[in-house]
Amino acid sequence: MGKQDTYSHISYLEHKGRFKGIMSWLTSTDHKKIGLMYLYAIVVFFFVAAVLGVLMRIEKMNPGPDIMDAQTYNGIFTLHGVIMIFIVVIPGIAAVFGNFFLPIMIGAKDVAFPKLNLFSWYVYIIGAILGVLSQFAGDGPPDTGWTFYVPYAANSSTNVIFALTAAFVLGFSSILTGLNFIVTIHRLRAPGMTFFKMPLFPWSLYATAWIQILATPIVGITLLMVIAERVLHIGFFDPALGGDPLLFQHLFWIYSHPAVYVMILPAMGVVTEIFPTFSQKPVFGYGAIAISSLAIAVVGYFVWGHHMFTTGISYWSRWFFSFLTFIVAVPSAIKVFNWISTMYGGSIQMRPPLLYAISFIFLFLIGGFTGLTLGALATNVHVHDTSFVVAHFHYIIFGGMGFAFFAAMHYWFPKIYGRMYSDKMAYIAWGILFVGFNVLYFPLFILGLQGMPRRYFDYLPEYHNGHLISSIGAFITFTGLILMIGNLIYHRRRGVVAPSNPYQGVTLEWQIESPPTHENFETIPVIQNPPYLFKKTEK
Amino acid sequence: MTNTSPGHTHQIDSETGKMGMWLFLFTELFLFGGLFLAYAVLRNTHSEGFHKAAAELDIFIGTINTVVLLMSSMTVAMSITALQKDNKRLAIRLLLATIFLAGVFMVNKYFEWSHKFEHHLWPGSEVYLNLERSEITFYGLYYMMTGLHALHVIIGAILLVVTIFRIKAGVQHSGHYVLLENSALYWHLVDLIWIFLFPLLYLIT
Amino acid sequence: MKNGEKPHISSYTSHAIVLIALLALTFITVFVSEINFGAFSVGVALIVASVKAVTVLTYFMHLKFENRFTVWMVSGVFIVFALVIVITFIDYLLR
Repeated sequence: MGKQDTYSHISYLEHKGRFKGIMSWLTSTDHKKIGLMYLYAIVVFFFVAAVLGVLMRIEKMNPGPDIMDAQTYNGIFTLHGVIMIFIVVIPGIAAVFGNFFLPIMIGAKDVAFPKLNLFSWYVYIIGAILGVLSQFAGDGPPDTGWTFYVPYAANSSTNVIFALTAAFVLGFSSILTGLNFIVTIHRLRAPGMTFFKMPLFPWSLYATAWIQILATPIVGITLLMVIAERVLHIGFFDPALGGDPLLFQHLFWIYSHPAVYVMILPAMGVVTEIFPTFSQKPVFGYGAIAISSLAIAVVGYFVWGHHMFTTGISYWSRWFFSFLTFIVAVPSAIKVFNWISTMYGGSIQMRPPLLYAISFIFLFLIGGFTGLTLGALATNVHVHDTSFVVAHFHYIIFGGMGFAFFAAMHYWFPKIYGRMYSDKMAYIAWGILFVGFNVLYFPLFILGLQGMPRRYFDYLPEYHNGHLISSIGAFITFTGLILMIGNLIYHRRRGVVAPSNPYQGVTLEWQIESPPTHENFETIPVIQNPPYLFKKTEK
Repeated sequence: MTNTSPGHTHQIDSETGKMGMWLFLFTELFLFGGLFLAYAVLRNTHSEGFHKAAAELDIFIGTINTVVLLMSSMTVAMSITALQKDNKRLAIRLLLATIFLAGVFMVNKYFEWSHKFEHHLWPGSEVYLNLERSEITFYGLYYMMTGLHALHVIIGAILLVVTIFRIKAGVQHSGHYVLLENSALYWHLVDLIWIFLFPLLYLIT
Repeated sequence: MKNGEKPHISSYTSHAIVLIALLALTFITVFVSEINFGAFSVGVALIVASVKAVTVLTYFMHLKFENRFTVWMVSGVFIVFALVIVITFIDYLLR
């Protein structure tokens, strides 16, 4: 119902709101600008945490203390975890590309509650600042790890409260984003777009948003309880006061396991968009992919106990959680099968987004299969709390979610900025990144199997080779990251002007101008066909 | 289904607004849900101490507060009916009644807590830390649950005050009353949570 | 507003009746708590509370007159929460 006379073809980047300059961004309720504000914040924090990661790897290059003492190391891995988990990957794809493309892909002009959307960005920034402040305010950086396990988190003399509050605030922001997305998907789809005519990225965001809404509050109250325990000595978790430390682990993982799906589901959604476009072929098994997103969300909600196999939870409970963990692998495997089938017989165009998407599958599979190793009761006892776990979740989070994030950045870059990046540079960066990633994390699997515990500052000389290789990998990975981001930043203003549909995509975002206008659509499209209908490819 | 983006009409239609509120209420339910889960688990470990400590709570005050909240739930629900029937004055009066009942609830709560404080029974106090461990957890839960609930009562009351001003300004009227509906929903949630808190904390002795 | 459908207007009397029912349930549960049912007393109190909660949801919160999807959402959310409790207790009760 946009009034035709007010529609202007000026791109959203140049759209003039009430203010100019940076204020036009900070006060904008335009979902595209908010998405980009999330992107910039996330990229900055990602690099901060990545540098911390590199510092840890430098420390571990040789046995014994090299560049820091043990307590500093504890602080650094805690901050690395808190930033990466709560500030970077949980909002990650949903807040950046979800905000930018969800309304466009379902044919809407904005999300359902634009002001709430801006508000949740501010909440996010406040939480992020609190997280960083925890390093400087009070009695030294928190040293509990991002998991805040009680009783240690209730007794540690370091500044845990700031970190807890930061995680609480960030969770609130995540809830508001999820709420906004669910309502947007329900209420603002273009006329004719039924749920099963919706592209699959919105589908994955829908499943994600439900997890955000139903899981995040649990960690919110848990963190509040830890704060109360620290401040008021209420005995919830500390056995010295009659509490139950396992209760904390239950409550914490009720959120934090589903949080893994908050990260990975949108990543799956992104690559589901990329495969059909670069194969010029409808996605294989549309319904199966859509439903498997929901299935992952539902089943994934109830598997939290597999983080606790060695803590002494009951036999039946271990059995149950292990069983469900294997079940949740099924919908993920369905997706992988469908992605590969989508490419089969398509006219494949190996552009950078597809390259990242394919490496996503490769790394995600390694992460997924090792996840089953961890989900199996017998093997878990052996590798629990070793660097095997560290390698596993980096393959899922960095190799999976991270690579999908990079894929999304390359895929939608021309739409966001209206410019093209250099393909050649993107290939080179990808090569370095991909090799570096595997050199960095694969040795950790082997070290873990050999018994190298996670979160240790020092190690026995036997593990030296593995750690050395891994540290070299860290430098290669970091170089790749710099090249990749540099390529994008450089071409943001200076690249070749992009056509509105450089990859011959068929979803709605490719039918509008690049960059989109403030109102996205001149007239709201009426949807008649299912998504992913490609014209027969001319050979 | 209309496809107006609220960014351009500045009025969120009722269905959209209500759906957003319901989703928000779910997050509130799970926020308290975490506490209920903690209650269930800790009670399972310390059932005797919980019985003993719960017997110390004043069932009379608890019952009065339950009645007060149930009544306030009715008045706020009636206020929607009144506005739908275009009876602005009655709607505002019913909202005022709701806020008054919220005040009664808080005053009761204040007496209940201050009575405990007179006995030096607050989290972290010496008396508190010298209790049996099971009683410490019970009182911890008691303070945390009722405290968080009281916070929600205050937030709900503030929402109702805002609603009154919007009705007075004529922004909320019989054709558009999503804010009234939403603050009423929020208020009912406060009641809903108390419905479970009351037996769990006061009655199970 | 939506689909040209008029919103349901609940009458004042129906609200009053609901309140009376809720108050009655409250007094029952207080009265019953004086009698010791042993292990069942928790169950009785929780069942009464659940009946009250459903009543509030249905009438005061207008779930009876909302579209079906809202009803599904609400029931789904309660089921999820119940499952969380049950699954946690697979651990605690079977240790």
